[in-house]
Amino acid sequence: MTNDQIKHAVLQIISVIAPDEDLSRLKSDVALREQLELDSMDFLDIVMELRKRYKVEVPEADYGHLASLDSCATYLAPKLKDL
Amino acid sequence: MTNHRRIVITGIGLTSPNGNTLAEYRANLLKGVSGVVWFETRYMGKVLAGVCNYDPLTYQLKKEVRRGTRAGSIAIYCAQEAMADSTLRFASLDKSRIGVYLGITEHGNVETENEIYNISQYGYDTKFWSHHHNPRTVANSPAGEVTLNMGITGPHYTIGAACAAGNAGLIQGAQMLLLDEVDVAVAGGVSESIHTFGIFASFASQGALASHADPTKASRPFDRDRNGIVCSEGGCVFILERLDHAEARGARIYGEIVGYHMNSDASDFVLPNAQRHIECMQAALTRAGIAPQDVDIVSTHATATPLGDIQECLALRAVFADCPTTYFNNTKSFIGHAMGAAGALELAGNLPSFDDGIVHQTINVDHLDPQCEIPNIVLNSPRQLPRVDYILNNSSGMLGINSVVVVKRV
Repeated sequence: MTNDQIKHAVLQIISVIAPDEDLSRLKSDVALREQLELDSMDFLDIVMELRKRYKVEVPEADYGHLASLDSCATYLAPKLKDL
Repeated sequence: MTNHRRIVITGIGLTSPNGNTLAEYRANLLKGVSGVVWFETRYMGKVLAGVCNYDPLTYQLKKEVRRGTRAGSIAIYCAQEAMADSTLRFASLDKSRIGVYLGITEHGNVETENEIYNISQYGYDTKFWSHHHNPRTVANSPAGEVTLNMGITGPHYTIGAACAAGNAGLIQGAQMLLLDEVDVAVAGGVSESIHTFGIFASFASQGALASHADPTKASRPFDRDRNGIVCSEGGCVFILERLDHAEARGARIYGEIVGYHMNSDASDFVLPNAQRHIECMQAALTRAGIAPQDVDIVSTHATATPLGDIQECLALRAVFADCPTTYFNNTKSFIGHAMGAAGALELAGNLPSFDDGIVHQTINVDHLDPQCEIPNIVLNSPRQLPRVDYILNNSSGMLGINSVVVVKRV
């Protein structure tokens, strides 16, 4: 997957776990929690959905890499390079 | 008794299989409209059930609905509707003096079944088990969801009381007001049980699940051809206040809780005990300070199981042996058995009788079972009375738990 495809995939997940949010103006370089009402349970949902949809494991120590769409893409790119 | 020690109902919010407001529900009871339909459930296919069609997004965000439980969503809808109906100025209330007390038959089965099904799609690997499972299944969940949604900071908990739970929630709310623990009680009962296949499967294995080609005729308490329970979801929440509090603000008062009692059969896991029913009703009447003859309407619990209905009727005939002006009805014949919500919904559907004097009927009794004959049982069409002053609401549940509430016109 390309970085743009990864960002799209994460956005798809966020649209499910935060269905009331307007994602159209989300800035990819700004922390998701600064732009959306997301709490720790929501981030666990992101981790779970990555596991279910893409068989990707995100260890707890790496949760910080999911802060923004850009950081998600950078972190997940090696894990999703074969998809 | 001072008005500070008298507890009154000033708001009602509900969702039932045949109505999402008290007015709609009452109208459908008087018109004989059933709420039982065919319902698809996991592993079992189509079953008969009472299904609610309220709009969860009336009071919840989509995210709240997703994160919470069906019981919590029902509870929120009912609590918000009840608060609005009470005309209390919620924004100016001390939220720490509001308590939420909800009766439940069970909680957590729905989410547990969902998670087991979920991990079955991943080879039963438990790393796919949701982190939402614990907050969704803690026993206080439906009441806690109400406090989260409404910003209530007083006490909240559920009262696990099988199918006696609706009355039990109401009783708990009244008791907390009497203890001066709160100034407003949000009290009643809720059920999400139709979303677990287990309740249907268990009743089926027990030989206690209703079957009928026509869903609207499936729930048949007291009928000779009754063959079991129709499971339903639903909720009913009352706003309770002390009478002096309610009068000071000129509130509309639906009725006063003058009597209540709970007891235990201590005799069988599932079969009701008529003698304990008798003792429970008599104790509630004693607390109310009235005789059986003073009761105008008895809202029965009967669930349409062959033996359970007979046991309740034995008790009713004993308590109301010489009561020519006492009338009996049954709401489950319309909506099925709403489990934790049943007692609360059944009381709510009868409270308008204080205003219109009409006793809603029991439907689907084509051939009254001789063992269920009670004098003045209202069958198949409503009955107009000159006046209704007292309603007794009878409930019971598995493990032998009984709850009775007596409400008086104010």
